Amino acid sequence: MEIAGFNIVTWLAATLVMGTPLVLAGLGEFLAEKTGVLNLGTEGMMLVGAVSGFIAFVETDSQIAGFAVSMLAGAAMASLFALLTQTFRANQVASGLALTIFGVGLSAFMGRPYEGEGIQGLAKLHIPLLSDIPVLGPILFQQDPMVYLSIAIGAAVIYFTYHTRAGLVMRAVGESPESAHAMGYRVIGIRYLAVLSGGALAGLGGAYMSLVEPHLWVEGLVAGRGWIAVALVVFASWRPGRVMAGAYLFGGITRLGFELQGLGVPIPSQALSSLPYIATIVVLVILSRDRTKLRLNRPASLTKPFFATG
Amino acid sequence: MNATAHDAADRPVIPRLELEGVTKRFPGVVANEDVDLRVMPGEIHALLGENGAGKSTLVKCMYGVHQPDEGRIHWEGDPVTIATPAQARHLGIGMVFQHFSLFETLTIAENIALGLEDVNDDPRNLDDRIVEVSELYGLPLDPRRTVLKLSVGERQRVEIVRCLLQHPGLLIMDEPTSVLTPTEIERLFTTLRQLRDEGISILYISHKLAEIQQLCESATVLRHGRVSAHCDPREETPHSLAEMMIGSEIPRAERPASTPTPAPVLRLDGLSRPTDDPFGVSLVDMNLDVHGGEVMGIAGVSGNGQAELMRLLSGEDTSGDPTRIRLGDEAVGGLDPAERRRRGIAFVPEERLGRGSVPDMDLVENTLLTGAYQGLVGRGFIRFARARQLAERIRERFDVRTPSVDAQARSLSGGNLQKFIVGREIEQHPRVLIAGQPTWGVDVGAAAAIHQALVDLRAQGCALLVFSEDLDELFEISDRVAVIFNGHLSPAKPVAETSYEEVGRWMGGLFPGADGGSTREGAHDVA
Repeated sequence: MEIAGFNIVTWLAATLVMGTPLVLAGLGEFLAEKTGVLNLGTEGMMLVGAVSGFIAFVETDSQIAGFAVSMLAGAAMASLFALLTQTFRANQVASGLALTIFGVGLSAFMGRPYEGEGIQGLAKLHIPLLSDIPVLGPILFQQDPMVYLSIAIGAAVIYFTYHTRAGLVMRAVGESPESAHAMGYRVIGIRYLAVLSGGALAGLGGAYMSLVEPHLWVEGLVAGRGWIAVALVVFASWRPGRVMAGAYLFGGITRLGFELQGLGVPIPSQALSSLPYIATIVVLVILSRDRTKLRLNRPASLTKPFFATG
Repeated sequence: MNATAHDAADRPVIPRLELEGVTKRFPGVVANEDVDLRVMPGEIHALLGENGAGKSTLVKCMYGVHQPDEGRIHWEGDPVTIATPAQARHLGIGMVFQHFSLFETLTIAENIALGLEDVNDDPRNLDDRIVEVSELYGLPLDPRRTVLKLSVGERQRVEIVRCLLQHPGLLIMDEPTSVLTPTEIERLFTTLRQLRDEGISILYISHKLAEIQQLCESATVLRHGRVSAHCDPREETPHSLAEMMIGSEIPRAERPASTPTPAPVLRLDGLSRPTDDPFGVSLVDMNLDVHGGEVMGIAGVSGNGQAELMRLLSGEDTSGDPTRIRLGDEAVGGLDPAERRRRGIAFVPEERLGRGSVPDMDLVENTLLTGAYQGLVGRGFIRFARARQLAERIRERFDVRTPSVDAQARSLSGGNLQKFIVGREIEQHPRVLIAGQPTWGVDVGAAAAIHQALVDLRAQGCALLVFSEDLDELFEISDRVAVIFNGHLSPAKPVAETSYEEVGRWMGGLFPGADGGSTREGAHDVA
């Protein structure tokens, strides 16, 4: 499957890898936003998750410990944000920006002693039989376990949101916290849960970068993927399936840029690296032109603090 | 003689809900004082009172939203403390709110599931139960539809069905008819009577006397937070009920004679506007003449195109053919709001806070906002002394009760703020005044003052266009009425040549030129 030195199978297989941190962080942001909380701290939570997971792995030599610690670290960052915005009702945009700035600094500080440390990445699985299928096998069935886990998390988020009562309550809180409160649901508590879960997923997304691909720690490793995750949720008009599709689209085009550069295609590298941003936004905007659907999916209370009143 | 049977016959029926001496204070106000109220099983009991008489607070005490400071509540004879709405529902108290508490983007079934206690219900089973209950009580609903697309009447049905699925002993209805067409009201009453016959008690909150006389067997009347009477409304007259409610007769506007100008001042000439909001209403070929010295009333349930038409009239929306809106001979459809005001069109928007006034600005500044052309601005500077004079004049002339014109707009009560806004617009000496729901949520006294001011303006030769859902209001002040339904405007009829019944039918879409194939609620109701 090669055209002029460009291997489509390798590219598509790498697309899933490139998209995975965005899938995880994007789904996390989706959960928070669906309850009406805009958390712009995703970049910071991913960075702290990435560095914490990396440190935990280096110290314990356990991948599982690394991923678990990254989720706890992401959730801890998110709890700070939830405390500010939900308990003290601070402005969500300002608090989120502050969280990202804090996360950038904290992760750089924590990671300094570990910078440049070489670690073993997560091994690829070879699923028996399926991985031998031509073309599809290498793309879909020779990935690392986290790729499959992230897809499973995506399926779980979709099922949770649209087919469980707890998911219904989550959507109701994002739509009208006042009505939900009047019916006896604990709006602030539900928002805390969503923000914390979102933080854990963002932390895991960060750890995917530090532990799997490219499995190293350097300052600023996440390189803006947290912001892309936030943008994906909005441009995917708050639909988890589209968040995932957007994540893979972005990952795929980023990877395509690398490949083309490697092949020496005469396009300026700046143009190639801006391509994924442009392509993702254009595609998602075209998909979400339907205003009715947008209205049905957009959490109406987004960024609005909730004050319980008698 | 059998002693047990004798006891049973003699034993007084236990009230379903009984309030004794309930008092509720808020900082600075006593909302309810020493209120006694008793709702018997299988009875429709009216809670009657003006806006601000304390009805809502009292009901919130029954539904666990507020806690009374003093007094006792008995449910089926047992003393209870109702701490939360969930506990009220658990006892068997259901409530249909005046401003619905539905989640717009969720389906009917999802909305109902959120309000039910039995968590582990299979959703398909719930769909069946919704259909079953809704058919049983004549409240047709499709559980799969999204609330956003429902009419107000349908939304109310969702709330009622939600209550009924919890098998309540008492159903509280807060001003349920304020948003319904006459046909829908008739249908609601049928449902309520059926519920009563099955033994459910209903507490019916309203200030509409005719409805209460038609529906209720007993009534508690509140005035200034206290009970002013317990009575059987069927044995009272509207006059006596009004006296219990406001302490005097409801004042009616005096209509001085007025001769309409021969030529129309404001004309809509085939005005159309396709909507670009997926939940908006498209306006279709509207024609209307309003003459100087007449009040043209536009009846209709809100959401039938009033908001869209108001935006076109005010100049917030200037898209489309500018010649379709004419002031005298001049096409004004392309002018912005400031230009239209300069030409003598004044507006009283439906939203008092936000459109009619800036909530955080004081009354002087709010006077300036639309009065800037009355010499309040010179060489680019604000003449504050003049603005203050004008604000003071409005305050005196229109009896706006506020300690000072330096008060923020948001600090005024609805009635006082509305008197101020109407007064401010009248002080522009307009050729045309366009008002949306001018007395919505305003107390009776202020409403009467506003009606009088509008009728006086008519006598001065101004052309008035008044949108309202309240037929009493329109029939009181209008010379002619037209009906807006689903973006269509009916022909205008002189008030003397029409009736509540006819206008009510028109509000349901049955008028010449209305969209017969309409899917909106009212059309089904009548057809």
